Amino acid sequence: MKFRLFALACLAATPALAQDKPVLTVYAGDSVTSEWGPGPRIEEGFEAFCNCDLQFVTGDLLPRILMEGSGTQADIVLGLNTDVTARARASGLFAPHGQDTSGLSLPISWDDEIFLPYNWGETAFVYDTTRLENPPDSFQALLDAPEDLKIVIQDPRSSVSGLAMLLWVKAAFGDDAPEAWARLAPKVLTVTKGWSEAYGMFTEGEADMVLSYTTSPAYHIAAEGDETKKAAIFPEGHYFMAELVAQVASTDQPELAQSFMDWVLTPDFQQVIPLANWSLPANLPQEDWPQVMRDLPRPEKTLFYSEDEAEAMRQPALDEWLRAFSQ
Amino acid sequence: MAAGVLAIRRGAGGALIAAALAVLILGTLAAVAWQARGFSALSPWDLRAIWFTIWQAIVSASLSALLAVPVARALARRRFPGRALLVTLLGAPFILPVIVAIMGLISVFGRNGLLNEAIRALGLPELSIYGWQGVILAHVFFNLPLSVRLILQGWQSIPAERFRLAESLDFGPRDIARHLERPMLRAVLPGAWLAVFLICLTSFTVALALGGGPKATTVELAIYQAFRFDFDLGRAATLGMVQIAICVLAMLLSRWIAIPSEFGSGLDLGRQISGPPGWRRMLDNAAIILAALFLLWPMLAVTLRGLPQIPQLPAEVWSAALRSIIMALISACLAVTLSLTLALSIAANRSRLIEIAGMLPLVASPLVLGTGLFILLRGSVSPQAMALPVTVAINAIMALPFGLRALIPAARDLRQNYGRLADSLDMHGTARLRLLILPQLARPLGFAAGLSAALAMGDLGVIALFPTDIPTLPLKLYQLMNSYRIADASACAVLLMALSFGLFWLFDRGGRLA
Repeated sequence: MKFRLFALACLAATPALAQDKPVLTVYAGDSVTSEWGPGPRIEEGFEAFCNCDLQFVTGDLLPRILMEGSGTQADIVLGLNTDVTARARASGLFAPHGQDTSGLSLPISWDDEIFLPYNWGETAFVYDTTRLENPPDSFQALLDAPEDLKIVIQDPRSSVSGLAMLLWVKAAFGDDAPEAWARLAPKVLTVTKGWSEAYGMFTEGEADMVLSYTTSPAYHIAAEGDETKKAAIFPEGHYFMAELVAQVASTDQPELAQSFMDWVLTPDFQQVIPLANWSLPANLPQEDWPQVMRDLPRPEKTLFYSEDEAEAMRQPALDEWLRAFSQ
Repeated sequence: MAAGVLAIRRGAGGALIAAALAVLILGTLAAVAWQARGFSALSPWDLRAIWFTIWQAIVSASLSALLAVPVARALARRRFPGRALLVTLLGAPFILPVIVAIMGLISVFGRNGLLNEAIRALGLPELSIYGWQGVILAHVFFNLPLSVRLILQGWQSIPAERFRLAESLDFGPRDIARHLERPMLRAVLPGAWLAVFLICLTSFTVALALGGGPKATTVELAIYQAFRFDFDLGRAATLGMVQIAICVLAMLLSRWIAIPSEFGSGLDLGRQISGPPGWRRMLDNAAIILAALFLLWPMLAVTLRGLPQIPQLPAEVWSAALRSIIMALISACLAVTLSLTLALSIAANRSRLIEIAGMLPLVASPLVLGTGLFILLRGSVSPQAMALPVTVAINAIMALPFGLRALIPAARDLRQNYGRLADSLDMHGTARLRLLILPQLARPLGFAAGLSAALAMGDLGVIALFPTDIPTLPLKLYQLMNSYRIADASACAVLLMALSFGLFWLFDRGGRLA
């Protein structure tokens, strides 16, 4: 991210390294490093005490790490999703985080020794109270809703939240998942590549509901003063999603990487999350959350598959999904 | 630039560039396959995706070509105030960043769009843009302008003297069609059709946003899935091969259909041809008005939505805009140099191989290309240091086929009409370039430069494995969308649209005034 300091005149990409300080290279997803994401504040917060230079490298996380193997420059990988941990673990490229995860502010217990969650949320359908008078009050009600109720979802083959919905339907309906998809399909207006296209369609009024997160309404309330966006809470439960951080075993800065991992769960880091990432912090007691997050309705039930279950289920669930839409 | 052209003397420059292109595109594919230790088999879903991709590309290309003929003819033979501006404006959808175009199409044709509101008011059933029809509508929206431009160039390549001769011989519209227009279309249409077919072959975002579901899965999405979902590079490589195979087949087919129109040369006095009066005038007017409505309305909708927000855009967006402009200009220079060299050498020795190499970038999956480059450069340079030059180079290469489509016919005519004269005057090298090639090819060159600049401007840098630390304007647009800032994103979309179009207009207009 040194780039922003660059005069345009020297478009040559030669990062002006602060030669006297050790560099911690953090591979992170695009949403982390953008000016409107948590990246800049994470960089600032860590550099305030580490006496180092934290450099973000943006891009596809896992494919890139898998290709670079142990020759990777990354010291830390920030922003992996729960659905890729099996792959990431099998590569053997990551080292244990060494944190105590017994008291995390998550709705599920977390005992993974490699991947550390730093924020979380749940899948949910978001709607606009001014456009949808009677939102479905359960997943079953959504399936039974008339066909002119239109929803937009993301493609599980290209989107993290799309994949989470695949597992959500599986967790909520079990063996009846194919039938659930068959009933949902006519209401699906379209299936987008990523979350942002779908959310854009929803805000334009194209669809009545959009697959997003239980925390989405917080943005509209906090940033726009708009109280009309709500997440429909279903008694069947909502699927848990966390973003994870891990340190790379082959790092040339083991102390720095470890001190970053030690810092992730501290309030200093965790307080950045809610209003920069619009998700919930992984290690912050509820009374320390911003009011807007505390006021959000919470699901009674959280659904989540262990890594191995999810990995085993991925392909069959995708085939079911494809079949439901190919009728 | 001159250095590149100097090397052309015997078409060596072109052959060199063509070889480099083939190595780049096939080499990156090979690198991906090597990383995967070979190609892997396709699933039944992949086969469906291949089938859908080919089918929609054929329909989209045929519709674009079919609709473009009356529009191009009307623009060629009618004169009205603002015609030049309209011709330029009609080119705009083609260079729109996909995400912006989809916003515009949805605001016109979507459930909540103006069209459906009107239909509902009349009590008729709604039209749905989501499904295969939406994919094709969007592809026609994107590519009709390109077809119109390519066919219009064909019309303008018929020397005015031929039309005047036809007039003095008392040709009716039917005779003109038979002796002048149809031979020209026979020469131009297959190329235009092919270009659109190939563009639609690798379309990705359009099919995903408007496809309505997995029925409308394209090969490019299957590649994406192989990369991101399954980490199956072998399957990605196989799919990349399939894309290239379809491309080569389609090219051979269109070469076989196309017959060069040999009209000879005229004085190019720019005298205008007169269109037939009566009902044909009405028809021409209708074609122009309908095309303008279809192409300009969605862009107007995007503009109206985003314009009020522009003053509130964060500063980062403006600096990203400046950076994008500079990158686009460099890409355009590179693309024009390469495509001029290629076009002249294709015209000189009619080598089919060089032409195929020039079209390859159209069907190279950006994902395969980016990943292959990453694998090849992995050991030697840091991806961070490579991000910028790679992005600029890939943008230039991706724009090549469009530049070529505009330049090849013109370069062929030039060679045929003036080649022997220039040879007999022993006019070579810079003199030939300055006195003959540049003035004669100014129009297609300007068009090609404008296209390259605009396409580079709107490119997201799909090179996912190269760090996207270069905050370009399209990237900012995505980041805004990803952080819920939809209103800012729509303002950013207007800015991106204005800049892409502005760059295109500068070059295109420059070429026509030169």
